[in-house]
Amino acid sequence: MSGHSTYQPQNAFMKWMERRLPIAGLVYSSFVVYPTPRNLNYWWTFGAILSFMLAIQIVTGIILVMHYTPHADMAFNSVEHIMRDVNYGWLLRYLHSNGASMFFVAVYIHMFRGMYYGSYKEPREVLWILGVILYLLMMATGFLGYTLPWGQMSFWGATVITNFFSAIPGVGETVVTWLWGGFAVGNPTLQRFFSLHYLLPFVIAGVVVLHVWALHVVGQNNPAGIEPKTDKDVVAFTPYATIKDGFVVVCFMMVYAWFVFYVPNYLGHADNYIPANPAVTPAHIVPEWYYLPFYAILRAIPNKLLGVLAMFGSIAILAFLPWLDTSRVRSARYRPLFKQFFWIFVAVCLGLGWLGAKPAEGGYVIAARILTFYYFAHFIIILPVLGWIEKTKPLPNSIAESILNPHPTSGGTVTR
Amino acid sequence: MGVASTLIPLIAQMNPDASTIAAGAPIEVDLSPVAEGQVIKVFWRGKPIFINHRTKKEIDEAAKVDLASLPDPQPDSARVKPGKAQWQVLVGICTHLGCIPIAHSGEYDGYFCPCHGSQYDTSGRIRRGPAPANLPLPPYEFLTDTKIRIG
Repeated sequence: MSGHSTYQPQNAFMKWMERRLPIAGLVYSSFVVYPTPRNLNYWWTFGAILSFMLAIQIVTGIILVMHYTPHADMAFNSVEHIMRDVNYGWLLRYLHSNGASMFFVAVYIHMFRGMYYGSYKEPREVLWILGVILYLLMMATGFLGYTLPWGQMSFWGATVITNFFSAIPGVGETVVTWLWGGFAVGNPTLQRFFSLHYLLPFVIAGVVVLHVWALHVVGQNNPAGIEPKTDKDVVAFTPYATIKDGFVVVCFMMVYAWFVFYVPNYLGHADNYIPANPAVTPAHIVPEWYYLPFYAILRAIPNKLLGVLAMFGSIAILAFLPWLDTSRVRSARYRPLFKQFFWIFVAVCLGLGWLGAKPAEGGYVIAARILTFYYFAHFIIILPVLGWIEKTKPLPNSIAESILNPHPTSGGTVTR
Repeated sequence: MGVASTLIPLIAQMNPDASTIAAGAPIEVDLSPVAEGQVIKVFWRGKPIFINHRTKKEIDEAAKVDLASLPDPQPDSARVKPGKAQWQVLVGICTHLGCIPIAHSGEYDGYFCPCHGSQYDTSGRIRRGPAPANLPLPPYEFLTDTKIRIG
């Protein structure tokens, strides 16, 4: 994305506009003629899905705010009012709550794609770190949003998460009182969580701009993990990537619609339909499914402060991935050992997620401790060592060759 | 200097406001309706306070415990007012992650927290589980033999 766009406006109005604010030229060079590796597979469409979901969450969210009341005495009833009285309120609410889940499904796939194909490696380190920042912002936004209906899970989830900060030695209690705006979670807490929940999606949008900018400067990675060398390795973004993204977005919407219209409360927790009661703690406090692996890690460590640090550490460690993985080869396609460890890692994450929903006793705690240890070992021990000892497969000479002539014999030529 | 004077109000506004602090003023609780063996809950500063009219058995159990075996050692006598060992006044919030424990349950005949399994004894001291500290005492005093002021 350096230098002027190759956009040549045809009509008089566009010529006038391009001289003053070359936005059409920017869109043209970034999303129309932008050179895209020709071998991208469907795992590369999730960036577009994420952008789409962010837009949906913002639109449904802003509309919901027209009918929601952010006060502890009225929040729960205002959400029921949305569900029962507001025209299509039930649809907007379910779109927003299930939209958050779909947003997280897409982000996890997007992140696992990055880990598998080495998209975090040089020169894409900053792109990856911006992604980790986006993930943290998403988690914060999701947590804040979940407190807003002021149900039992909203209230107690807020209590548990804000209590984490009391683990900080010395200033912990002061920090928690400051966060609460009172002596316990209450109306001041709800009101500020509402304000921040409205703010953060726009911060996310800003960081997404940086993320796409960083991407366009270095170019996309691709399943072979080797950089494009000639024009034969790339195609124009439009129509190829545009249509592919559009198609996958439609498929994704079908899954989304199935949840919204057939099982809209499946991913939620029934206890959140009980108004918040500070005197009664629900028997099983669990966060939403997308936080479960980290909840399992938190509960696995018997010490309060260390548990909180381990939980935050398990996310923070992602930022160091470009430096922890010492291999010169990017894509798991050519790293047979890494490929196996990758899938073990995926299974460990799923296992931790499952354990996060279970009561913290007996065999579940032991299993959570083993998987937590493995989670960190994957980053701190396995990845660095693998890079040194692994025997990788030979890389293809170019992207074009990897598709058109995957097994070249000596002297063979590509006729295309 | 300029930055500090800009930032201080922006950050300090999040601390409890005047109305919240006023709502946290001391409360008086009449103990005469509380029967022996009964635990009542009152709210002070948004937090549940357990007031437990302990039986003789519970008081004796609390006194007999070997302090060296406690994760957070504290004698029962330090957790009640002199001459009023039957009245236990505790902040009913588990010191682990903030759930409300259930009274008269658990292996130590005290309080049991259902969230992650912390067990407290008849003095409200942590015996087992992930909670790091005993159930804290709120500030309180006896105005008469049957009335306390909390806060």
